[in-house]
Amino acid sequence: MDCVVTGGNVKVLAKAVHSLSRIGDDLYVEPQKDGLALRSVNSSRSAYACFLFAPLFFSRYTIPSSYAFRCKMAIKSVQAVFRSLVSLEKTVEKCRIELDDQKNRLTFTLHCKHGLLKTHNLSFQDSESLQAVFDKDSCGNVFRAQPRLLVDTVVHFPPSLEEVTVSVSDDRMWVRNHVEDEAEQSKAMLTELCLAADEFDHFAVQAQNRITFCLKELRSLLVFAESTGLPISMYFDEPGSPVVLSVTDSVLEGNFVLATLSDDPNHCKDNNRRTCTQPPPPPDDFMNDDMDSYLIAMDTSIAPVPSTTGPSTSPLVASTCSKQPAAVSHRSRKRNEEEKGKEGDRTADLNRPPDKKFCSLFFGSVLPPSPQMSTQPITHQNVLASDSEDDTCME
Amino acid sequence: MKFRGKIVDIACLNHFSRVITTISKLTKTCILRLTPDNLFFVLCGKVANGGVSMWCELSQANFFDEYQMEGMNPEDNEICLEVAPENMSRALKTVQNAKVVKVKLTKKHCPCLTIVAELPTLSSVSRVVTHDIPVDVIPRRLWHEFKEPTVPDFDVIEANLNGEMNLKIETDLVSVTTHFKDLGNPPWGDGASQGSSSSQSRDPEAMAEARVDIRRLQQFLMGQQVNPSKAMCNIVHEKVVHLILLHDDMSLQYFIPAVV
Repeated sequence: MDCVVTGGNVKVLAKAVHSLSRIGDDLYVEPQKDGLALRSVNSSRSAYACFLFAPLFFSRYTIPSSYAFRCKMAIKSVQAVFRSLVSLEKTVEKCRIELDDQKNRLTFTLHCKHGLLKTHNLSFQDSESLQAVFDKDSCGNVFRAQPRLLVDTVVHFPPSLEEVTVSVSDDRMWVRNHVEDEAEQSKAMLTELCLAADEFDHFAVQAQNRITFCLKELRSLLVFAESTGLPISMYFDEPGSPVVLSVTDSVLEGNFVLATLSDDPNHCKDNNRRTCTQPPPPPDDFMNDDMDSYLIAMDTSIAPVPSTTGPSTSPLVASTCSKQPAAVSHRSRKRNEEEKGKEGDRTADLNRPPDKKFCSLFFGSVLPPSPQMSTQPITHQNVLASDSEDDTCME
Repeated sequence: MKFRGKIVDIACLNHFSRVITTISKLTKTCILRLTPDNLFFVLCGKVANGGVSMWCELSQANFFDEYQMEGMNPEDNEICLEVAPENMSRALKTVQNAKVVKVKLTKKHCPCLTIVAELPTLSSVSRVVTHDIPVDVIPRRLWHEFKEPTVPDFDVIEANLNGEMNLKIETDLVSVTTHFKDLGNPPWGDGASQGSSSSQSRDPEAMAEARVDIRRLQQFLMGQQVNPSKAMCNIVHEKVVHLILLHDDMSLQYFIPAVV
């Protein structure tokens, strides 16, 4: 394998690596005929990202022809190659990636100004193919926006916020911080931002759904998109199905696939009191609210469209590699244990989102989905009515 | 109990945010008192927060374009809330370019101070950000705890009446003293009796001192963002340091107790 990236594309490659480093600890490298795939997944398998760089992205793109090569390596080592983005831009003229088969190494050589060569020899491990199964074209809700819009949206939320809830109506999108704990609900500040459809380049809603996913991974994508200026597309369906965020241009495609919280009451027992099953509130009559309408009443609402995915009853296989079924089922079991929040299995991985809450994992098996998956019953909706004796109860 | 205020002026919004950010650097939680004319941020000296106390008074008319409130009842026309100023600071920080900001008391899952901002966009519809900050309503019977502190009978210390002040730190290895000269000794405003008689009798050269936790002092000095038109320091010998920041439309007082 011998690939060369020149000029401004070096920085794009670097940004992609940095972006992937915020997802998982390992970088999966797979040179394919249609381009170089760089992938990462988090340890709880609830977030996956893949950048595919087409052959045209490179000034030279040679891949092993006789066999399919793929490997994984510690992403921190690759980040070290592209450490300072500012100096990359100023001094690096090209970057060459070569495979040293004998020594199990990938050699990254940065050709810099004044004839300076920086060579990094990074060892890798063989790995199975990491492929998430998703089909964004079949998603009902599709949006596309300039990265600035999303950056301006997430800025309202603190960096420590883990999860956001996105709900849509025909012409509005609401983004809200998600508070999981009942105990936290009375203490936590709730922030909600309302975006109008015409702020987006494309806004198509098929089902007025609401999904909750990890904000941290969205921020990772924004890091990449903002610097490249590429619009971000967002695809999702019902809660429980993953949300796909992508950026594309003629020579690259980046896809971030994030698990969303399922509405399944069996797995979100402690969440019945939450407002997660409410449809989005009507547009705020911001200009017209008067003194008497300051009290916000909680609506009784219609129940949402029942979720058709029964995620955890038949665990999804984490790898498409057919050679290791035993390892695969071990991994599935481990994942289920993680879902139940078993402390013993947890490593001190600060990058992980709260995995026990993400009931739905999206790695497909090569077999078609189990026919046992049945329609979930309509989720029970707790009614939260406003206290009609507000004034006196304030005392 | 109702409260609703609206800020439309960018400078007012900015100033209001800075005051709140300053307060958020001093304490995690404080009392917000709303009266028809003023807002007060109050922190009572308690052992838990190191005995420091704070009193910040803002004149509502200088910040709000519209301001309506109805207190507990006509005789007690006030509202007292316990709030985390950091939440308010965070909510205001990202809406500095808002067209309108409304602050109101609401009841959502619990009583909240809701900050709603309308942000400018390129589209025909504004972007609306809503922050619901949970608050605790303080019952009437506890209101007496939050009165304006009486200014103690102070001496001017480690500072003296000749406008000299020394800031000193001492450790086992080193002692550093910074000398300030030519500071003003303004007479205390509503003055008559408070300090004047005793300070007149004091020797202008005599220093009085108070030893305070330097972190508290640092917290105050580093955190302040209001760019006051005047800053004052009063000291009661070995008892308390009283710091005052004055601005046209607000005042912030901070009391740091002396350590033994």
